[in-house]
Amino acid sequence: MAIEIEKPSVGLSKVAVSETHGEDSPYFAGWKAYDENPYNESSNPSGVIQMGLAENQVSFDLLEKYLEEHSEASSWGEGAPGFRENALFQDYHGLKSFRQAMANFMEQIRGGRAKFDPDRIVLTAGATAANELLTFILADPGDALLVPTPYYPGFDRDLRWRTGVKIVPIHCDSSNNFQVTPEAMEAAYRCAESMNLKVRGILITNPSNPLGATIQRSVLEQILDFATNKNIHLVSDEIYSGSTFSSSEFISIAEVLETRGYKDSERVHIVYSLSKDLGLPGFRVGTIYSYNDKVVTTARRMSSFTLISSQTQHLLACMLSNKEFSENYIKTNRERLTWRYDMIINGLKNAGIECLKGNAGLFCWMNLSPLLEEPTRESELALWKVILNEVRLNISPGSSCHCSEPGWFRVCFANMSEQTLEVALGRIHKFMEQRRRN
Amino acid sequence: MLSSRASCNSHGQDSPYFLGWQVYEKNPFDQAVNPTGIIQMGLAENQLSFDLVESWLRKNPDVMGLNKDGESVFRELALFQDYHGLPALKNELVEYMAKTRGNKVKFDPKNLVLAAGATSANETLIFCLVDPGQAILLPTPYYPGFDRDLKWRTGVEIVPVDCWSSNGFRITMSALADAYRRAQKLNLKVKGVLITNPSNPLGTTMTRDELNHLITFAIAKNIHIISDEVFSGTVFDSPGFISIIEAAMDPNLESPDLWNRIHIVYSLSKDLGLPGFRVGMIYSNNETVVSAATKMSSFGLVSSQTQYVLSNMLANKKFIGKYMKENQKRLKRKKEMLVSGLRKSGIECLKSNAGLFCWVDIRRLLCSDTFEAETKLWKTILWDVGLNISPGGSFHCSEPGWFRVCFANMSHATLQVALRRIKDFVQRWSYGGGIGNKISYQQNMSNLNRKLPSNWVRKLYSSEGDEQDIG
Repeated sequence: MAIEIEKPSVGLSKVAVSETHGEDSPYFAGWKAYDENPYNESSNPSGVIQMGLAENQVSFDLLEKYLEEHSEASSWGEGAPGFRENALFQDYHGLKSFRQAMANFMEQIRGGRAKFDPDRIVLTAGATAANELLTFILADPGDALLVPTPYYPGFDRDLRWRTGVKIVPIHCDSSNNFQVTPEAMEAAYRCAESMNLKVRGILITNPSNPLGATIQRSVLEQILDFATNKNIHLVSDEIYSGSTFSSSEFISIAEVLETRGYKDSERVHIVYSLSKDLGLPGFRVGTIYSYNDKVVTTARRMSSFTLISSQTQHLLACMLSNKEFSENYIKTNRERLTWRYDMIINGLKNAGIECLKGNAGLFCWMNLSPLLEEPTRESELALWKVILNEVRLNISPGSSCHCSEPGWFRVCFANMSEQTLEVALGRIHKFMEQRRRN
Repeated sequence: MLSSRASCNSHGQDSPYFLGWQVYEKNPFDQAVNPTGIIQMGLAENQLSFDLVESWLRKNPDVMGLNKDGESVFRELALFQDYHGLPALKNELVEYMAKTRGNKVKFDPKNLVLAAGATSANETLIFCLVDPGQAILLPTPYYPGFDRDLKWRTGVEIVPVDCWSSNGFRITMSALADAYRRAQKLNLKVKGVLITNPSNPLGTTMTRDELNHLITFAIAKNIHIISDEVFSGTVFDSPGFISIIEAAMDPNLESPDLWNRIHIVYSLSKDLGLPGFRVGMIYSNNETVVSAATKMSSFGLVSSQTQYVLSNMLANKKFIGKYMKENQKRLKRKKEMLVSGLRKSGIECLKSNAGLFCWVDIRRLLCSDTFEAETKLWKTILWDVGLNISPGGSFHCSEPGWFRVCFANMSHATLQVALRRIKDFVQRWSYGGGIGNKISYQQNMSNLNRKLPSNWVRKLYSSEGDEQDIG
């Protein structure tokens, strides 16, 4: 009897079937558990509280007020030209008024200590797109980027998946508050070399996610020196720059370049977005700011794959051009985040939990290592599961952020009401008490 | 210092297709303030039906203000970044897509993936289906943007499937087989064939025969079919539009894996004339493709603000029905105006029933049957006649002398000006004749060289453009 040879089914690409999208990590698994049993004050008071999503929900009222008082931002006023031009506008240079507004906003956030040229701003649909795009431009498949740990889990997908680029971690630990050191950078570089990987750049997040702390000027100088020394790029993801608790504590890489007279700045590129500071992740507004002309030109062309809706550009150009609004927003947002941060830190302290001293971001970096059975990743994940399933809080385990020290967790505080945060702190308190009794 | 992707030319922006836009931008026609400026006929935009959309928006200020039943939905939208997309929008989109296909096919919103424009959708599909170094087949002539969208960051190769005027540029089985063989000779593994239906730049819908050939071929070679149907809502004349999905329902073509290999790309940029809003999508019955593409859409999500406004607009079935009818009527009228106007100048167009442009036969004005002659003619028409039309060579057409001329992005009055200029030009050309003609043409050319900035000239005449931006 003839043997039937089965025709192979039509194949997909390696990228499509790979796991490099990284979605099998606890970081995302926790979100799923939350989605299946979400906390609600009235209808589901015993549900899972989402503390694993770094969203900023504390200042929406300010945005809503602006929109109510300025309907022209959400429409195009009377007459034809406004709508037509806007609906047709797909120029990858982006709306000039919007770029100008973004440049001004970025300057305001930095207290005027750095200047931004709107013609160096490239718009992308979110920082997710901006980081991937920069990686396509700065590195070839098989090359490597150095990234300090712990880092945002999304980078595994954003920097590596479709680009074919590798991440080599720069290990940081609690002995010096997880700051990057020249030794750690050297070690990572040597590690890459030993794996025959060409290092093309170093990517930092400042303020840091998940640490919730700004990088000190001296460390920024060391990182820039290291990049210059090795002749590689430096990408500074400053997505949380407007979420610092005090304006003066955040030093942007732009300020460091300024004091150096912009010498050798063609290797520096800044990523920004309105998703965290303005709490508008749904609107997909990201930018690349580069001091390198070729990068700006190329990034602009590539942004064709990820343009921002012209309707949204128009809305935000109006909003951010309003100096009164933007100044008030930045100041008020900072105050409210600071208040939330103090609330969670004190609450955790009362429960006997210490956190890394933070000064920015939408989360704190919590130390639960004393609770681990063993100082291992497995123990950390076991503890994480207990907290998710029994305490019903979705917090993010440090291992999903590639932290080399087990026991640390990222806990978000800005994506819920104060009442919900109280409930969460109450649950943690109870959990710690039970632990102590056992 | 930068990646090889950054340093290469695959963004394709050195083609006359894009260069013509730049020249237009420096001297754009305006009836009132710049009546001798260049008329843009190289941009396939639909500007004919804005008034209908504007009027709907004005009547629905609540939607624009992000309100629903008197309550603000701003917060929810501001936070909504779920890559599955706004369910309300996807539900409306599948109904709209079914309507443009005469409701002969039904779509499931679960199989729809949103993207920031068809540009993003096409690239994402290639990332999902093809590995770097592998190839896809593309019938010529094809949209110049594909050279960037399908190849640049993906590292994938395009192998053209030659189509000829002798049979109206239809895709034949032998052309497909020939392209496949050529790919094999170049050691390129073919993973799929990408068609644009209705075609850009031809403005024609594919016949059932062509679609059947494609499906049979794809099954035989075990490859994918991507059908870019962005112009499906611009079909204004018979024969009607047959989507690849409809063709694949033919019981004679049944094959176990068929639905896993067919994928559609669509967008609202051409039908609704909203390219700025960046609303594109992929439709596939292949679960793995949908899953991978959904994750990849993180790199190009549609603004939730825009998703909300459009889901409301599409939900108004009365408005959408009226829009589709009226839009098609206006497109047909404009196209007929262009075709008859050109005919009066002795220029014929390929018979078309869709799209925002005509595929125009200007072969008889070429001084030789070469692409060099076509480029010279293009420059003359751009600089001397003041019309930015797109030369067939930039669409990888195998025969010189064909041009794509857009008609849906201008008023009647502007189109009349354009037709008059063409008439005058053709008359001058005809009266020139023989040596006299050549001398006046050469005089034209030296005038042309004097007018052009020098780096422009270098770029157009060199085979490998350098990286410098024209400006």
